[in-house]
Amino acid sequence: MTEMAVDATTGAPAAAPTDRLRKRYAAERRFRLYGLGAVILGLAFLVALFTSIVSAGYGAFVQNAIKLDVTFSADTIDPSGERKPDVLVGADYTAVARAALRSALEVGSDRQLRRDAYALLSKGADVQLRDMVLSDPSIVGTTRPVWLWASGNVDAIMKDDSQRQIPEANRQLNDRQLGWLDQLKEQGRLATQFNSVLFTSGASSDPELSGIGVAAIGSLYMMLIVLLTALPVGVAAAIYLEEFAPKNRWTDLIEVNINNLAAVPSIVFGLLGLAIFIGFMQMPRSAPLVGGLVLALMTLPVIIIATRAAVKAVPPSIREAALGVGASHMQTVTHHVLPLALPGILTGTIIGMARALGETAPLLLIGMVAFVVEYPSTPLDPATALPVQVYLWAGAPERGFVERTSAAIIVLLAFLIVMNALAVFLRRKFERRW
Amino acid sequence: MTDMRTATAAASAPPLSMTDAVPKIRGRGVGVFYGAKQALFDVDLDIMRNQVTALIGPSGCGKSTFLRCINRMNDVIDVCRVTGEILLDDENIYDPKVDVVQLRAKVGMVFQKPNPFPKSIYENVAYGPRIHGLARTKEELDEIVQSSLKRAGLIKEVHDRLDQPGTGLSGGQQQRLCIARAIAVSPEVILMDEPCSALDPIATATIEELIDELRQNFTIVIVTHSMQQAARVSQRTAFFHLGNIVEVGDTEQIFTNPREERTQAYITGRFG
Repeated sequence: MTEMAVDATTGAPAAAPTDRLRKRYAAERRFRLYGLGAVILGLAFLVALFTSIVSAGYGAFVQNAIKLDVTFSADTIDPSGERKPDVLVGADYTAVARAALRSALEVGSDRQLRRDAYALLSKGADVQLRDMVLSDPSIVGTTRPVWLWASGNVDAIMKDDSQRQIPEANRQLNDRQLGWLDQLKEQGRLATQFNSVLFTSGASSDPELSGIGVAAIGSLYMMLIVLLTALPVGVAAAIYLEEFAPKNRWTDLIEVNINNLAAVPSIVFGLLGLAIFIGFMQMPRSAPLVGGLVLALMTLPVIIIATRAAVKAVPPSIREAALGVGASHMQTVTHHVLPLALPGILTGTIIGMARALGETAPLLLIGMVAFVVEYPSTPLDPATALPVQVYLWAGAPERGFVERTSAAIIVLLAFLIVMNALAVFLRRKFERRW
Repeated sequence: MTDMRTATAAASAPPLSMTDAVPKIRGRGVGVFYGAKQALFDVDLDIMRNQVTALIGPSGCGKSTFLRCINRMNDVIDVCRVTGEILLDDENIYDPKVDVVQLRAKVGMVFQKPNPFPKSIYENVAYGPRIHGLARTKEELDEIVQSSLKRAGLIKEVHDRLDQPGTGLSGGQQQRLCIARAIAVSPEVILMDEPCSALDPIATATIEELIDELRQNFTIVIVTHSMQQAARVSQRTAFFHLGNIVEVGDTEQIFTNPREERTQAYITGRFG
């Protein structure tokens, strides 16, 4: 208004206000474009990330296998004919697998040829055959077609033809082996199959035999421990601080420190866990129990902050209503405030746990970076975690681990997306309006 | 306005005169401090049994503060401190022996903004009786809920949807639900903090009629900004200004023949 008046007194042209209007519109439009640009840039990075990981990792969900007519020779496996389990376990299945391979490739007794042929099969072929015999001992003495996993080198070269261009001397497989592969392929004896090993197996130095099974179980144990410890402690602490604690310098100090705790680098929590749980309390190393407790400490401030925010967001009118009909403070909290704060608490907890699921650094310090082949039967047994498995595979030199690393990342991301979607779903479902 | 007043008066018991009124609540030297700031100064006020007492005055005069002292709602505020004594049937409610929860069961409250719980209509009314153990069986509880809704004049509108959320009702219905919730625990006193300030005139008229009926069984204290409302529903009126009681007396007398000049000025709209 005053500016208009000034315009009138100075006799400025009537176009001045339209100029200003145009400038204001332009500024608004520019601002919207900046915002849109920022969103698009962020999305582009996300898409690039996902494409690179998925394109590198999708191959790992299938794996090459060779179909061989395996003769489960009774002479090799169990000459006594008693089919005792301890004899069947100890038998030389490698010899059975190799015999089948030799007959398929028509390899004679030349040792170099034999060695080349054997390199096509995975070292885990004997375990596959052993498991078949143990589950059904009656197959001993028969011949039947079996898909056996190919070695990591075969798998890598079959998935990536460009490797064939590498000069023979620098290649993992020589020309003769490639010839065999082409021959097997033509006969339909070499094909890709769904890679169940990736999900069920533990650590192995052979890429085709390694999987995320142990890591997934370790992560599951840790998430359970985080949920069982951090959620009750965090919610109780938050409700006490928000509802019952006197507001004085001490509670202010506690509040500031909880906020600080949420920003402490995770590796510091690892050091703390190492010193207290392993050093002082003598808990076992590499155990999901210790990992879970460390991650619980890390998640605790997140849950406390989320719960306090959710409790604070419950309108005071609901509290007054409950107090007004004669509910005690405790009844008001448990009957009215907590149910209304629940969606916020759940969201905070799930997001905190998703963060804990992806955490690597503190686990390295408490020894969860181990080479674990066996499934942990309790949270006290050694195990690894999904992100640690990614870290371990990323450092391995074999070609086959490259795509397995990306595959493990895909699985981890899938878990994170599911958890975050669950958080959104729960918030929508339990959200109440008043 | 006058029409309404005669209508409601005709529908209920004739107004009690000052002489046969018995004090239910006696405030003696009530002072309230919020931290260092004093909000109420040495207030003496008697509230008569089975009457509606209106507390009027400009914003910030301490009328709501006094109201919230009567059921110790101010206890929730950390920095709030109350001095003096408030006697409910000769018992000082600020005595350390008094249990706040029991007190609030005896002194119910209806708030400015309708604040039903985000639960079903039935649950809203049943909550109070349930936490105080007033009903032993489901049938008794049903009976309490039905009669409370009936006395709050809501039963006809909601009898077929007791399981619907209370927040789905209209503003006036929500406020009557809050009144039903308050009377479900059979209080002796009902405090109302501007119960109609968020409602339209028709809903307000319904609530005012209800207040007039309720006074046969309850002692009612109502804070209101509307002079007309105070005149319509109350038998006694107390005028607060700057944390002091300026004048208290029969509503008839306050509005027709105030003793104090400030009262005169306020009710005629010269300040406030």
